[in-house]
Amino acid sequence: MRRNWWKILGVLFVGYTIVAGFLTPVPRMNILNETIRNLYFHVPMWFAMMVLLTVSVVYSILYLRKFNIKDDVISSQFAYAGILFSLLGMATGMQWASGTWDSGTPNYFGWTGDVKQKCAAICILIYFAYVILRGGLKDEDKRAKISAVYNIFAYALMIPLLYIIPRSDKVNSLHPGAKGNPAFNQYDLDNTMKLVFYPSVIGWILISLWVANLFTRYRLLELKKENAL
Amino acid sequence: MISKELVSLIKKDLLIEWRQKHTLYGVLLYVSATVFAVYMMTGQPEAKIWNALFWITQLFVAINSVAKSFLQEHPNRFRYYYTLTGPATYLLAKMIYSMVLLVIMSLVSFLLFNMLLGSPLVQTSLFALITAIGSVSLSVLFTFLSAIASRANNNASLVAILGFPLVIPILMVLSNLAMKAVMPVYQPGWWSLALVLMMLDALIIICGIILFPFLWQE
Repeated sequence: MRRNWWKILGVLFVGYTIVAGFLTPVPRMNILNETIRNLYFHVPMWFAMMVLLTVSVVYSILYLRKFNIKDDVISSQFAYAGILFSLLGMATGMQWASGTWDSGTPNYFGWTGDVKQKCAAICILIYFAYVILRGGLKDEDKRAKISAVYNIFAYALMIPLLYIIPRSDKVNSLHPGAKGNPAFNQYDLDNTMKLVFYPSVIGWILISLWVANLFTRYRLLELKKENAL
Repeated sequence: MISKELVSLIKKDLLIEWRQKHTLYGVLLYVSATVFAVYMMTGQPEAKIWNALFWITQLFVAINSVAKSFLQEHPNRFRYYYTLTGPATYLLAKMIYSMVLLVIMSLVSFLLFNMLLGSPLVQTSLFALITAIGSVSLSVLFTFLSAIASRANNNASLVAILGFPLVIPILMVLSNLAMKAVMPVYQPGWWSLALVLMMLDALIIICGIILFPFLWQE
């Protein structure tokens, strides 16, 4: 129980986010109106994804140093959980954008063709390729080594993709933070929003770590059953 | 010392390419057939479409000409190279060899595009320069992916699977850079975009050199 304090904290924070996120007052902004509450759910998904993918890369590096298959399991399962949260981030973002951004071409699916959206989609595709790479390799050690190399390579290329390309001023983005300023300072000027937003980020990150932790433990049990460990 | 090894490794690959002319001609035929197929379908499109089609063609040419840089080597021969040279030298040699190959192929496809699909360009030499720089970027990326694929049971289709998502940002930057040569438009931030491309290239090469030793040892 004492070791699981962070899980309880995560549940409490996310529970608080859900209750307070829908009940506390939010600033009335033009067009955004009540949809601004999505900030508590959409933005933390990307934070959680970045945390999970970073942990995944760290374990890939650890694997390449020590060649311990457990590091590979952790790395791959965190990457899978990261993909899950990137899909959730995409879904919440698209749903938000479909109501608030006018891209000129109305699109039922909420695809606005915004540069941030495109970059996020590319990022998801890169990690899908990671899944396919792992699926294609049968030999355990080979799979671990090659996918670790690809994971590090993909992560290193993803950073400029997510942070530099949307901000190179060639392309205009409707997404806040497109011009180099941190993403949400124009929204959370309001102090009551900060009170919900920060706990929600921490809570969702903790929950995402818990999800990845469950993935990892399940996979380790599977391997133990196959006597592969 | 290292540079001597590098030069002889590049020379070896180019010599093999020159002696086995059938593969070289094969790629040339592939390039011309692709451009011709594009021409048959679109005729002479407007400038923006021309640009897009050109870079898509470049992508396929890159996959077919560069992907084999590692895949054409027999797995056992890696052990022989292992005794002769270091991983960084070997990877750099392969990258430079694919750059040479792809620059030639790109310029051929550039000529064919101008011949068949018409020439909407306003700055031909600038476009040729961007083509050359673009083929450098594409070849370093696909050489490294080819190294990964050669380790993964020599699976050639893996290069395309891994490469397509990774190459999209590079193609995006390249086609935006090329727009300056295609249409007389004012493009603010062209140089910063060029800088982004250079940084991406440098990043790919550095990551490749750091990570390749792990693929190299068995």
